Amino acid sequence: MASTTAAAAPQLPGTLEGQLGKSPARRRPRRRRVLALPRSGKVVLGLVILGAFVVLAIVGPYVAPYNPSSTNFTPGLHPDAAHWFGTTLLGQDVLSQVLVGARPTLVVGFVAGAIATGLSMVIGVTAGYIGGATDEGLSLASNVFLAIPGLPLLIVIDTYLPQGARSNTILIGAVIALTGWAWGARVLRALTLSLRNRDFVEASRIIGESRWRIIFVEVVPNLLAVLASSFLFTLLYSIGTYVALAYIGVTDTAQWNWGSMLYWAQANNAATGNQWWWFLPPGLCIALVGMGLALLNFGIDEFINPRLRAAGVTGRSRRKVKLSNRPRLGLTPVVEAPR
Amino acid sequence: MSDSLRPAPAAADPSPNASPQPLSEGAEEPVLEIRRLSIDYGLGPGALHAVVAADLTLRRRQVLGLAGESGSGKSTLAYGATRLLREPGVVAGGEVLLNPREGAPTDLLAASERQLRAIRWSEISMVLQSALNALNPVVRIGKEFDDILRAHSRLSRKARRRRAGELLEMVGIHPSRLSDHPHQLSGGQRQRVMIALALALEPQVVIMDEPTTALDVVTQREIIEELIELRDRLGFALLFITHDLSLLIELADEIAVMYAGRIVERAPAEELYRSPRHPYTYGLLHSFPPLHGEVPPMTGIPGSPPDLASIPAGCAFHPRCPYAMDRCTRAVPALDLLEGQGRQVACFLHDGQAAVPSELALS
Amino acid sequence: MTTLARRLGVYLLTAWVAITVNFLLPRMMPGNPVRILIGKIHGRVTPQMVRAIEEQFGVGLHQGLWSQYLHYWDQLFHLNLGVSIALSAPVSSVLKQTVPWTVGLIGASTVLSFLLGTFVGTYLGWRRGTVFDAVLPVATFFQAVPYFFFGTVLLLVFASHLRWFPELGAYNEALTPHWHWAFVASVLRYGQLPAITVIVSSVAGWIMGMRNMMVTTVAEDFVLMAVAKGLPKRKVVAYAARNAVLPSISNFSLAMGLLVSGALLVELVFNYPGVGDLLLTAVQNEDYPLLQGIFLVITFTVLSANLIADVVYMALDPRIRREA
Repeated sequence: MASTTAAAAPQLPGTLEGQLGKSPARRRPRRRRVLALPRSGKVVLGLVILGAFVVLAIVGPYVAPYNPSSTNFTPGLHPDAAHWFGTTLLGQDVLSQVLVGARPTLVVGFVAGAIATGLSMVIGVTAGYIGGATDEGLSLASNVFLAIPGLPLLIVIDTYLPQGARSNTILIGAVIALTGWAWGARVLRALTLSLRNRDFVEASRIIGESRWRIIFVEVVPNLLAVLASSFLFTLLYSIGTYVALAYIGVTDTAQWNWGSMLYWAQANNAATGNQWWWFLPPGLCIALVGMGLALLNFGIDEFINPRLRAAGVTGRSRRKVKLSNRPRLGLTPVVEAPR
Repeated sequence: MSDSLRPAPAAADPSPNASPQPLSEGAEEPVLEIRRLSIDYGLGPGALHAVVAADLTLRRRQVLGLAGESGSGKSTLAYGATRLLREPGVVAGGEVLLNPREGAPTDLLAASERQLRAIRWSEISMVLQSALNALNPVVRIGKEFDDILRAHSRLSRKARRRRAGELLEMVGIHPSRLSDHPHQLSGGQRQRVMIALALALEPQVVIMDEPTTALDVVTQREIIEELIELRDRLGFALLFITHDLSLLIELADEIAVMYAGRIVERAPAEELYRSPRHPYTYGLLHSFPPLHGEVPPMTGIPGSPPDLASIPAGCAFHPRCPYAMDRCTRAVPALDLLEGQGRQVACFLHDGQAAVPSELALS
Repeated sequence: MTTLARRLGVYLLTAWVAITVNFLLPRMMPGNPVRILIGKIHGRVTPQMVRAIEEQFGVGLHQGLWSQYLHYWDQLFHLNLGVSIALSAPVSSVLKQTVPWTVGLIGASTVLSFLLGTFVGTYLGWRRGTVFDAVLPVATFFQAVPYFFFGTVLLLVFASHLRWFPELGAYNEALTPHWHWAFVASVLRYGQLPAITVIVSSVAGWIMGMRNMMVTTVAEDFVLMAVAKGLPKRKVVAYAARNAVLPSISNFSLAMGLLVSGALLVELVFNYPGVGDLLLTAVQNEDYPLLQGIFLVITFTVLSANLIADVVYMALDPRIRREA
């Protein structure tokens, strides 16, 4: 959570480095570079991990070797050829549960992430662009939603839902989104506020373009990087929250997702009973998805805040001139370079 | 360094072969000698050459102006020489000799981190363009002084406080402001605080990088006058970096003009103003109205300064130069001493092989 | 002080929203969940209790919503949060026993995590480009692991398997809870593994945030000036860190809700007798009075912690700015 907040204010090039005079003011900053994320190893790895799990969520139920609810197997089997991830104390196949459970977990994440990001964009951009009393009201609302602890509120709300509704992933996702939009709205509001006073927006206003045209053509494209980061963040938040809700038994415990797997493992003391194969697969899946999202977010962070990118002098050329690997403030290296 | 905190300005220069009154140019002993200094951004074949073989000599009590457009390398030169340039900046060669009050000269480029730390501020201090960025936003002004005095002297807490008050008063700010934070001061006050900080240890060299650019003209005027007065009183040498040549003509004893990483002309301020010898200097002089005196016709310079990544071959100024000759596109003119004039210029117009245009000839 | 007043206003409003949501949810929810609950527990509990639940949640009352709302507030002021169905005890007295455990465990580990993360982040941000940057991907991984899952793994490895730590609970059951050394020592011993879980799970966020802010701050002019002044390195780092920590502290109040939510579930893993464990009891039994009481208590605790973080922030940042 904290890692992305540095993005709240767009950075200008460092004052001293600005002496190089290589960055003339762009009319529409960043617009064209939106898709040109730094192709670092982190971003690629993040995309690969996330892509693999999306594929898993799609094909999972079809490739699962057994019915995940079937209790026909010997309970508590270690992983073996027939049951790659072993069986539960209730005699169910763990691998099948992981495969079937991928879909609801990711669906809730994506639904909640999309709704929350949409909400935060509408609320943040409106508050930032229109200002005045609208801004005061919307900012107050986002501050209130930021302060309310989300998970306990969701537990209360979901416990009041009828049993049938608790297995509805779309509904659960939507409810999670209610508690997840405020952070993004805050960041987007601040960014919109700073964009509103930039020259190119000012120019469009003077030309007499309509407010909505300015918002969608001039402002929103410049928010894309932060929107993407906000989406990844809420996606991570939503998956974590859904898993937590399932783990505490608020959602339908008979529906297979990674959280409900952990619920059953906990209920049967899998940890103290040393049945690591029961809770390790769903937990690691959650961690891997989260890691993939965080890695992607790194890329976006470095894109938004160029200071986070590694300095231009790379490792190999440093070693060639016997430079220490670390830039040191106030000790500009002296190299004898042929010229 | 505690013994260097002498309040009496007359004693600022203890060296026996320097007289208390500044003589004509070149008579005082050099305090900072920059020799063949080259600075790159990046390493290896792709490196950008931001400063190429620059020579500068700063003498005691002298105000040396360094002028040029943004991107000419003037700030890079100052930060590189003091080893304060950030990565990817690297010093690619040269020497920066500092003559301390006592002891042998030190080459800053060969100095260790420890040596540098001792020299910094007590011998060389700096004032940056934006005082708001240069002052730590969360500490009080008094703490800025205190940190310096604590690091470089053995004064007691009380004495440090008193000294900080004196320094503030010296730049015309009431000592009660010591307990203010930077954001509580006006832009002019902040820059005065920076100057007082820079003089806290009575260094021999003060480097100012566009110190008045962010200020309005009236405040700028006041600060420049104060600076001249302080220099006369305390006797520090000042390296003043700016894009505003007309300002330097008022303030500086000597001016060096930079273009695309090279020093293209060096002359006493008065002479440079009266008779610029480099076409670029001529162009610069005719793009700023002087603060005083007659206004020459404003012509400006056609084109824009080159990108470091694509510096033209030969003399970097030739694409914009109205007098460009064939040879200017092929060879780089050296910064040569003009005979009998005590000034230098890097231009083929003055090596005797071509006729000198009347604007650039001696008037 | 106006900034603080503003924040206080936001928190009071938040508290009001939480209370009102608590009041409205059971009354507005489709499917009449409270009536279903009463049907389920009929015969298992005393008629007085059924009556109390009906009154608390507005079932079968011939009263307007507004007078119910006033009654609700009146009860709240008297700290009457109803009676827990599962535990057959007043919710307020149940909470009085559990809240201190949670505040002690989560409070201490959160503060420790923040301090640890800030120091490590400062170091990583300052020494950027060294081998220590390898910490970052590892930190990312831990940031993504749900607290309770990580707790489960630690429990298996270090308590069940290696037996370095006691397994479950908050103290040795053989001792009577009382202020004497053996009991306190036992509490500290049992609290270690849950605390380590919370710290390791949450520290990555602070490390990353502080590291990134350090990298950004070190690029500022005033840090370069600190070097130009010839200040000792320790002092230069302090200049940067002192500024870089400010966003971390304002994030502290933003992240509080998330942190507490994550940490509560750790209690479940270790059967720690705090609010999180109580939450499980409430959910399993659809114990609405208990659930709502827990929600209010958590909300108020988080808001108080936020207020403390705000006061600290204001003490550290002289530019008392209007909130951006």
